[in-house]
Amino acid sequence: MYAPLEFLDRTFSLCSGSDICPSSDGDNTAAPMDLSLGRVRVPRGASIAPRLRDVLRDEQNSSLVKFLHGTTTLAFVFRDGIIVAVDSRASMGQYIGSGTVKKIIEINPYLLGTMAGGAADCSFWERYLGMRCRLHELQHRERISVAAASKLLANIVYEYKGMGLSMGTMIAGWDKTGPQLFYVDSDGVRLRGTRFSVGSGSTFAYGVLDQFYRWDMDAAEAAELGRRAIFHATHRDAYSGGYINVYHVKADGWVNLSHDDSGITKYAEYMGFRAQTAPTTASTVDTGAASTDTMIIES
Amino acid sequence: MDTAISLAGKDFVLSAADVTAARSIVVMKEDQDKIQELDRFRLLSAGGDLGDVAQFTEYIQRNVHLYELRAGTSLSTRQIAHFIRGELARALRERPYEINLILGGYDQGEGTSLYYIDYLGSLHMMKYTAQGYAAYFVLSTLDRLYRPNMNLEEALEVLRACLDEMGRRFLLKQRHFMVKIADERGVRVLENAFVDASGTPTSSVTGAAAAAATS
Repeated sequence: MYAPLEFLDRTFSLCSGSDICPSSDGDNTAAPMDLSLGRVRVPRGASIAPRLRDVLRDEQNSSLVKFLHGTTTLAFVFRDGIIVAVDSRASMGQYIGSGTVKKIIEINPYLLGTMAGGAADCSFWERYLGMRCRLHELQHRERISVAAASKLLANIVYEYKGMGLSMGTMIAGWDKTGPQLFYVDSDGVRLRGTRFSVGSGSTFAYGVLDQFYRWDMDAAEAAELGRRAIFHATHRDAYSGGYINVYHVKADGWVNLSHDDSGITKYAEYMGFRAQTAPTTASTVDTGAASTDTMIIES
Repeated sequence: MDTAISLAGKDFVLSAADVTAARSIVVMKEDQDKIQELDRFRLLSAGGDLGDVAQFTEYIQRNVHLYELRAGTSLSTRQIAHFIRGELARALRERPYEINLILGGYDQGEGTSLYYIDYLGSLHMMKYTAQGYAAYFVLSTLDRLYRPNMNLEEALEVLRACLDEMGRRFLLKQRHFMVKIADERGVRVLENAFVDASGTPTSSVTGAAAAAATS
């Protein structure tokens, strides 16, 4: 079974599943078929057939076809709530599947979830989590706690452990006990914490976030820190990029703060005039000790 | 990468474990409680797959509690050990729990006991034991320093030597450890016995670990 796609000036076939592809790596000369599925339009001369075939090959058992394998997401608790910031790139192997993915999932007006790993797994199960949270409200006449919501998710994915689910998510929200943040992944791990980053760019995001985080930030400062951490991750991690989305979780629910291109504009803003003034890290603020403008490397 | 070390003293059991939760090469958390309090007198240290650890230790804890509610009497440490081993062995040929455990407890009238349990379902009663890479470093230390009928101060000194050795020779520096005790007064966190990798007591993690203990 293969699905023919008709392009602007030629037609070729894509293989899926275990069937043997009748074509060689180049263009396919199979007879044009109108599947009435709509046409895929690509630039003349572009040869994406071999690439797409690679991406869609072994659909059953390959992780290539799963979106979002590269991602940067972060969330942290601070004085005025929780900042959640993410990039928007979805990659399928080396191919950018989309540059405008919403990786922050609005579970309900008080709960946010983030997406990393498989896009379908995350969006499906977090949508399902939203339903379970609503049922909890109807049954118990009060909102579900963030701890309970995240545990619902952890227990669900634990049931599917070893069956190929792929998700690394943060559940952020505000309940009776205040701002709460949990990390939940498809291994069934669930961690309460105040500062998490998930995805292939997470180490880069941590590198900025850890150094400049202070609990006592105002919302604007905190949002800017989240934005910067994501920017620096998109700068270094090839699998992260697109737009930077930032949300703020407050006592009366979340608000969407910003949606910025992580590309040249932010580059000019954040790195265009670098090294004119040394940024102050959290530790230099806290201790007031060693200044950052002289660094001595001993050999 | 988890470290768990336990030793039975004269009338108490000491259990130490690191507090690091890591995914891949990233430290996600440094206040993770890896010593589950099964009931008032039993401590279960667990290392291995984080998801399995959370599910399994909680499952055991709830079943121990359930038994107590139904039977009106609590299981002995020995009975709990065999229950745990049975559950691990049952799961082994389906979907094994990838976890290794140390169970320690105090039984009224019988004193303390300590069990080594691994994911294959092997169960051994020990006087002192360790799980994880720690076993390679501190079992010899324990062999050398352990004496039966040690009092708490002496046992803590032995434990400190173990954690000091981990700090010295283990490639992965585990910065903080949590220490719990089970004796006739019940189980509790040793507030001032949080020890860092150099073996010196520190109070810097007390707040964080105490918060972890209550969560």
